[in-house]
Amino acid sequence: MSAAPGAKTFVIDGVDASATPGQTILSAAREHNIFIPTLCHLEGLGDVGACRLCLVEVKGARRLLPACTTRVDEGMEITTNSPRLADDRQMTMQLLFAERNHVCSVCVANNHCEMQSMATTLGMTHVEVPYRFPALTVDASHERFTLDHNRCILCTRCVRVCSEIEGAHTWDVMGRGIQSKVITDLDQPWGTSETCTSCGKCVQVCPTGALFQKNRTGERRGKDPSFLPYLRTMREEL
Amino acid sequence: MMSHEELEQTTAKVQQEQRAAGDRINVCVAAGCLSLHSDAVQKSLNEEAKKSGARCSVRGVGCMGLCSAGPVVSHEPAQAVAAEDKTTAQPTRLYGGVQPGHAAKIVASLNREPVRELAIDTTMPFFAKQTKIVLENSGSINPESIEEYIAVGGYRALLRALHEMTPAEVVQEISASGLRGRGGAGYPTGLKWATVARAAGATKYVICNADEGDPGACMDRSVRESDPHRVLEGMILAAYAVGASQGYISLRAEYPLAVQRLGVAIREAKRMGLLGAEIAGTRMSLNLEIRLGAGAFVCGEETALIASIEGRRGTPQPRPPYPAESGLWNSPTLINNVETYANVSPILARGSAWYAAQGTAKSKGTKVFALSGKARNTGLIEVPMGMTLREIIFDIGGGVPAGHTFKAVQTGGPSGGCIPESLLDIPVDYDSLMQAGSIMGSGGMIVMDDSSCMVSVARFFMEFCMSESCGKCIPCRAGTAQMHGLLTRITEGAATHRDLDLLVRLCEMVGATSLCGLGQTAPNPVLSTLRYFKNEYLAHIEDKHCPAGVCECAATPAEVNA
Repeated sequence: MSAAPGAKTFVIDGVDASATPGQTILSAAREHNIFIPTLCHLEGLGDVGACRLCLVEVKGARRLLPACTTRVDEGMEITTNSPRLADDRQMTMQLLFAERNHVCSVCVANNHCEMQSMATTLGMTHVEVPYRFPALTVDASHERFTLDHNRCILCTRCVRVCSEIEGAHTWDVMGRGIQSKVITDLDQPWGTSETCTSCGKCVQVCPTGALFQKNRTGERRGKDPSFLPYLRTMREEL
Repeated sequence: MMSHEELEQTTAKVQQEQRAAGDRINVCVAAGCLSLHSDAVQKSLNEEAKKSGARCSVRGVGCMGLCSAGPVVSHEPAQAVAAEDKTTAQPTRLYGGVQPGHAAKIVASLNREPVRELAIDTTMPFFAKQTKIVLENSGSINPESIEEYIAVGGYRALLRALHEMTPAEVVQEISASGLRGRGGAGYPTGLKWATVARAAGATKYVICNADEGDPGACMDRSVRESDPHRVLEGMILAAYAVGASQGYISLRAEYPLAVQRLGVAIREAKRMGLLGAEIAGTRMSLNLEIRLGAGAFVCGEETALIASIEGRRGTPQPRPPYPAESGLWNSPTLINNVETYANVSPILARGSAWYAAQGTAKSKGTKVFALSGKARNTGLIEVPMGMTLREIIFDIGGGVPAGHTFKAVQTGGPSGGCIPESLLDIPVDYDSLMQAGSIMGSGGMIVMDDSSCMVSVARFFMEFCMSESCGKCIPCRAGTAQMHGLLTRITEGAATHRDLDLLVRLCEMVGATSLCGLGQTAPNPVLSTLRYFKNEYLAHIEDKHCPAGVCECAATPAEVNA
């Protein structure tokens, strides 16, 4: 097999690998069946490098680099897992769990939650940092969907899918730092939004129970994963 | 079309007018003195001057540096105004704490002895030890007059570069000067310019980062308010060097005076043909616009600043790509801060060798600092790189107030650290400060004495980072909040050793994993105080006692022992 023109060869976790020009470390790693944890990344949406779970060590780089936005360079030597990375990733998950009111047992997304399964995958057994227990609201004004700020991790997948795919840009983020929150329109109740098309893409891409469909219980309450591959297809056909 | 001859004509005209006007009374009308109502002082001086019929002019000028003595007024005798050689001329008199009621006395003193009770000793180390390049015009020219800027040599470097130098030669000159970015990180300016100049793309932009948001920092604000044309000239030269025809000055709406003066400066420069289309009759064009931000510290980070100029939410983006390759509207973009641009025209006017001869091996030129906190003389100072912290604090700053002892100096704002007494003899340059656990930063320098609690200081800066975090990445958003909570717990005397260990671990994690400089450097004030003042942390934790007497710990040591 000959390499594609301009292909980049690199080493990832000690394995020789190749990537197409412009390909990100994350995408190349997944092609080589190497797992790099992510929460804000979603195939088909623009990457923002916000969750910091995909940070990897690149030899010669001064800092850890996000795999989702860093492009593979010729000769790169990448380490996707190390005691230090594992430690940082666990702490990131702990910070998330302590930030808002993530109580899995009473969450609509229990057992269907990317955050929950990521914590398990990364071996998080307990939360050392103090829980913050902020008083947050729930917006159930939309006739089909609900927004629960208590479960939101600010990955901005909803913001991106609404803006980049649906083209409505109903969602955005307001506030700073720990006070940040996702909003619909100019912080209007979701049900009164004039831009929302009620397409539900935001609900399907939400990794947690922050956005969910009303009146669904039991096994039907999970997200519809069959929906997700279309994002990529839609994007490619643009 | 503006030519060298016209610049000289303007200069001659201004100088003649100034000579004809006799003695000059300059009132500082930069933000510091204005907040002490120097505008009222200027008004009564004007009235008194008219009433007395004395041959003098009263002018509003920029910052004269010694802000702690404000409102500051200077008096240049007519003979000094006219003198070719300023060093042998009759010295300028400086007055501090001037109130409108003092106006008559000052006007009456013009040809007599100075007003004793207001006089400031201009030979004291505060003035004598400074070297002024960036601030050379600050406090001596009217910031709203382009003619006065031209009269002190302004825009000569620009015209010479446009007519006699290629853009590559300008870049080469800046590289040879050794100038490093004054925004804080100290990236070599020439290298940045060369990268943008080389970048492919028909459209390129220059941006002036005038966001300046560090607590206790007012260097750039003062330069913009005191000598705005200096910044414009630097930007136009940069645009010529990298091939940009559009530029933006991004600053906060909270600096209305700077906004107004830069606006006037842009208008005046356009009127004189020094900005806009076909500058000085050459093919070089540059359109400059002011963009106002809503006062977000994170918008000093270059990718967030670009987002803000584009009209988006000011949040940083992962780099690479660096703005030099793909910045504003995905075009190659040069971003420098105010002080960096202010250094450009003197370098081109006097040569890179002259500039490189000042400072240390790796940090050239001078640096402006906003000296504040527990020093006797506070204000805006400019010193050669390599001066020791001790000289700055004890000679220029005059040391800490009587009855107190020096404890630490904080440099670099929320991204910097606290340096203890034992390290005061290190030279002030990028690398030495970094080694000491702090950074040069944009130039904030806060002096602290024994009345400051170092845990509270760390907590203050963490609170700042927590509320200024943009909220995009998890380590910075949630990590700064957690660190702030732990520091609060320590100051309340409620923390355990386990909390301290967790704090240290969070410092390392947030520093290593945050997306932009804000989060990456947010732990610095904690780490540096832990490095040099760990005993204070331990006193809060073990003895429930604040050595400086600042924190209200729940229990006093006596109660714990009982």
